[in-house]
Amino acid sequence: MNNISLERVRDDAYAIPLDRLDVSEASRFQNDTIWPYFERLRKEDPVHYCNDSLFGPYWSVTKYRDIMAVDTNHKVFSSEVSNITIIDRTEEERNPMFIAMDPPKHDEQRKTVSPIVAPGNLAKLEGLIRSRVSAILDGLPRNETFNWVDKVSIELTTQMLATLFDFPFEDRRLLTYWSDVATTIPQAGQEIDSWEKRASILSECLAYFTRLWNERISAEPRSDLISMMAHSPATRNMAPREFLGNLILLIVGGNDTTRNSISGGVWFMNQNPDQMRKVRGNPALVPSAVSEIIRYQTPLSHMRRNALVDTNLGNKEIKAGDKVIMWYISGNRDDEVIENADSFIIDRKNPRQHISFGFGIHRCVGNRLAEMQIRILWEEMLSRRFDINVVGEPERVSSNFVHGYSALPVRIAA
Amino acid sequence: MPTVKFLEFDGSEHKIEVSVGTSVMRAAVDNGVPGIDGDCDGQCACATCHVFVDSAWLPQTGERTPTEEELLGFASATEPNSRLACQIKMTNALDGLVVRMPAGQH
Ligand code: HEM
Repeated sequence: MNNISLERVRDDAYAIPLDRLDVSEASRFQNDTIWPYFERLRKEDPVHYCNDSLFGPYWSVTKYRDIMAVDTNHKVFSSEVSNITIIDRTEEERNPMFIAMDPPKHDEQRKTVSPIVAPGNLAKLEGLIRSRVSAILDGLPRNETFNWVDKVSIELTTQMLATLFDFPFEDRRLLTYWSDVATTIPQAGQEIDSWEKRASILSECLAYFTRLWNERISAEPRSDLISMMAHSPATRNMAPREFLGNLILLIVGGNDTTRNSISGGVWFMNQNPDQMRKVRGNPALVPSAVSEIIRYQTPLSHMRRNALVDTNLGNKEIKAGDKVIMWYISGNRDDEVIENADSFIIDRKNPRQHISFGFGIHRCVGNRLAEMQIRILWEEMLSRRFDINVVGEPERVSSNFVHGYSALPVRIAA
Repeated sequence: MPTVKFLEFDGSEHKIEVSVGTSVMRAAVDNGVPGIDGDCDGQCACATCHVFVDSAWLPQTGERTPTEEELLGFASATEPNSRLACQIKMTNALDGLVVRMPAGQH
């Protein structure tokens, strides 16, 4: 966007009467103009009530420390009594999954899934991931414009998911498809035009996985996710809807988020050539660059909680039943906690101190896996001395939840 | 100043002087001791400063807080002597404290 239109967006963000400021409009995420609106809220009304939006009335929590306070207080702010994103869903439309549960059920189920993405197990996967990354990179076209999102970001995350589930490799793009369907809100004229259509596609997903489950429950326990769920006392008696819910959680959790960090990283490095030079000159900075990419991208713009009792946050009275949105995307730009938060600095002092993974009992269980994938990708790109040029503006997704890209045109010099 | 001995998973030793009142997590992170991350900066909100307290020191380091207990429930490879280092504040009585790190933080 050029400077004049940026100015105009800023003026608009500061001109809207506060009580009409609604940061949930998806178009502002799609055209990347959301920033001044959050900046204003952080300055003028950090815990902000919007009583009229497409999604009904809701609170916006926009500063790092307030978000932390909500995220770590699950006794007051529930993940279970309503949906976990800004859009309301009926009980029937919601898939039961542990990201959307409070203790004790959340804790039991999380403990089952957690070991597979714990450091010890990840170390075993590192070699396989590296060889798959290498194969993808070595197969990329040279001197030819292509979509990085499709050829690298999606392909790599899909292969990782297939590995985690030990999912038939040739069918792996089904995982991407189901993930997309699961995060789609049905719209007339689109491929998914009704909740029934969505449900029917997801029931195919369930059927496929049920087949894998049945094979694995009668076999010796192995270290893939399906086998672990089939053999663990906490999960082996899950109802089909709950099984589907947890599958979707793992597929979506490990898909869009990592995918968009992979795309975002290439875009940010291109916009900040000095940072690219830094990491080229010193590959030991890769882990720190990975954290900075994840902060700067904030792949999930928000998570939602629901107040169980009347409570006070930032001197505002939140009532029992109110919808509370934690805008991670804003917390990650909070200058009070993160110095020069608007700048992309790969060797900043505390790169791990960002809020993209949330905090508290729901903190992203896959965070080490995501970091490892992105780290390996950058290590392999650097060792190949890739010169990746972004040759056009990225296309962004129209969503206030998934913060990401549908296209990033690039060209690799031969 | 009292000192803390950090033992990395591979056995490497780091002896660090820690001023009274500073948390064991802070001391590790500020002195670049590998194996402790402290992603939440000591808010007891993430479990990435998981350590094993040497059994001789267990009585002096006190009890886990309820939030700490909950988060340790999700950490990998916990033992009865697992603690979050951000919840152990340095005192003179802890001079010589020994903590070991797990294979990785999660
Ligand atoms: C850069 C990549 C990723 C980002 C930014 C991300 C972000 C998040 C966020 C914000 C939450 C909710 C935190 C909260 O409510 O406090 C979450 C939870 C979760 N994520 Fe991730 N995630 C990423 C990668 C992954 C991967 C690779 C997996 C797959 C293993 C995964 C699986 C999950 C699961 C299962 C939960 C639910 C945890 C719970 O409720 O206890 N995520 N993630």
